[in-house]
Amino acid sequence: MPNIILIGINHKTAPVALREKLSFSGEETLAALETLKQHPGIKEILIFSTCNRTEILYVASGSGTVDALITFLSGSKQIPPSEFVPALYILRKDEAVRHLFRVAASLDSMMVGEPQILGQIKQAYRTAVKAGTSKVLLNRMMHKSFSVAKKVRKETGIGDNAVSISYAAIELANKIFSNLSTKTVMLLGAGEMAELAVEHLISHNVGQIRVSNRTFENAVALAERFNGRALGFEERVDALTEVDIIISSTGASEYVITADQVKKAMKKRKYRTLFFIDIAVPRDIDPKINHLSNVYVYDIDDLKTVVAANIQQREQETVKAERFVSEAVIKFRQWLDSLAIVPTIKALNDKMTAIVDMECDKTLTHLSHLPETDKEAVRRMTRAIASRVMHDPIMFLKHTGGHRDDSLYLNVARQLFNLDMLENQ
Amino acid sequence: MGVQTGNILLQMAFLLYVSSLAGYLFFLVRQKERIQKISFYLIAIGVCVHFAGMVYTGMAINGFPVQNLVQSLSMAALALGAMFLYVQYKFNLKMLGLFAALILSVTMLAALVLPDTQVPPNDAFKGIWFYCHILLIFAGDAALGLACGAGILYLLQEKGIKARNPGFFFKRLPSLDFLDDVSHACITTGFFLLTLGLITGFVSAKVLWGQFWSWDFKEVFSMGAWLVYAVLLHLRLYAGWRGRKSAIMTIVGFGIIVFTFLGVNLFLGGHHQEFTK
Repeated sequence: MPNIILIGINHKTAPVALREKLSFSGEETLAALETLKQHPGIKEILIFSTCNRTEILYVASGSGTVDALITFLSGSKQIPPSEFVPALYILRKDEAVRHLFRVAASLDSMMVGEPQILGQIKQAYRTAVKAGTSKVLLNRMMHKSFSVAKKVRKETGIGDNAVSISYAAIELANKIFSNLSTKTVMLLGAGEMAELAVEHLISHNVGQIRVSNRTFENAVALAERFNGRALGFEERVDALTEVDIIISSTGASEYVITADQVKKAMKKRKYRTLFFIDIAVPRDIDPKINHLSNVYVYDIDDLKTVVAANIQQREQETVKAERFVSEAVIKFRQWLDSLAIVPTIKALNDKMTAIVDMECDKTLTHLSHLPETDKEAVRRMTRAIASRVMHDPIMFLKHTGGHRDDSLYLNVARQLFNLDMLENQ
Repeated sequence: MGVQTGNILLQMAFLLYVSSLAGYLFFLVRQKERIQKISFYLIAIGVCVHFAGMVYTGMAINGFPVQNLVQSLSMAALALGAMFLYVQYKFNLKMLGLFAALILSVTMLAALVLPDTQVPPNDAFKGIWFYCHILLIFAGDAALGLACGAGILYLLQEKGIKARNPGFFFKRLPSLDFLDDVSHACITTGFFLLTLGLITGFVSAKVLWGQFWSWDFKEVFSMGAWLVYAVLLHLRLYAGWRGRKSAIMTIVGFGIIVFTFLGVNLFLGGHHQEFTK
């Protein structure tokens, strides 16, 4: 079996300070791949780096590659090995495959079920393809990981549940409004979580963005970032008539929006629905506003309740997802095993013999006048033709060694003769 | 002969509705897309069988099969079923099927259990205006019934979101806006049909009894229901009565319609009584 190895660090083994140091940007990844593919012991390689993990997946043909990669990491990232080696995990063969599948299916994420991971993995794969470092094995493995991830997403509820506060907010917005792209969001104040929520809303195609801040400059800067419009802080009340979702996280000690203001605004907007997401502590939005009809106010604690309920539900779905991953690992393993020389030759011979025998039987049933001995001779002849035809390809496959990538040729042979019919179904 | 075939078909329709109800209940709990599809098709087949059953019944009594309570109930169910198929096709509001299947099952059960009194054929109840009146009223009531269903779904979803405790229905129902839209579309359609139904009713009354309006209880209550929806549509347009208030009004309005349909005849009498004996 080819030597598939995965080394890496993730949010479980390393603190963010270390993960930052070892992370690769898109260009860095490409450059690193170009360097690493020169290494004689590495046949295929892929580097995968997000804010939560840096992982190197590769196919080794010699020994000592792990040490070589550690040296490479230490050299290119300027940190001594003693600093990151304890956080490093090294997985081989099935364990490496399983790990990749779990990562792609978002089972290994910090927020299990979050959907971005698959896109990030696809990006890493594209980079490896561009660098020419992903070949037969990694190609197959990556495609398998995409299909596992899709299956998990489709057939388990793992991705359904909002497990972060900003996702919970989006989920609520989607259950209140039918079409976010026609809605306008107003961001009051600034703050990491509020900005994250706005970013999520943008990725969910929300219509327009307004930003209002006590410091107008900050509002302008944020508005620019989100491609929206800045409003003066006094304009926030008038804006209530035209915006639909308000995300608030100012540092104010009193309510920034009062029930009276909303009451008046609701009349003006003909009671079209308003949704307040109040992330600030102390709160910005008067909770009494929730009593008004067609207005919904969620503060940070309410959102946390939603998240907690979702997490519980999601854990049940994880069991199912792990089963899909295990199935995929076994299937991939079977394919890998078939990618050896002996099984391929055997499959080739079996297929030829089956074809020849079938055609012979078909013809001989119409030639009933032939005596048995002649029939036997015809059978021998056809088999001989088949084995002569297959002789050279089989010799070619048997001729191992050198710098040739056996798995590549075996894979081509299997595809040429369609030996993976079962696998492809 | 025709009556018997008709009855067998109606019983089959009832069974289809009940199995669809079971399917929708299962879908409510387990959220399996396929179950929902099957349940929907069960209703669709049910409506076709039901329609065939009504045709047979109509042929057997040589008239429009709304001559007594059983036939009227059956006709109301058929109208609701057909209207549901249309609404589901247009909006794909999956959970509405649960409401439709429930109403269909209950109504058909009543239609099958209640005694089917024979009514002597009455030539008065014929004529193009009369037929239009019946058809439009039943179609309009069906649409308003579905508006009520969408309204109930709205209230279920709204309750959870307002209480900041999204529960069982949160994931199972679509957005509030969408539910409100469906309800509104049903009201508009139903109101339009109901208006035409009332007008043709007046004309039909003029032809039959020589006067448009005779202060018959059913006429009064129908006008009442019509007014409720007229006010609702008006308030929505000019005072922003949408969402929760609108949903409650659809339920009240449909309550009046059901009372107009059944209650008036059972308790108050009047010249519509023959249809619901």
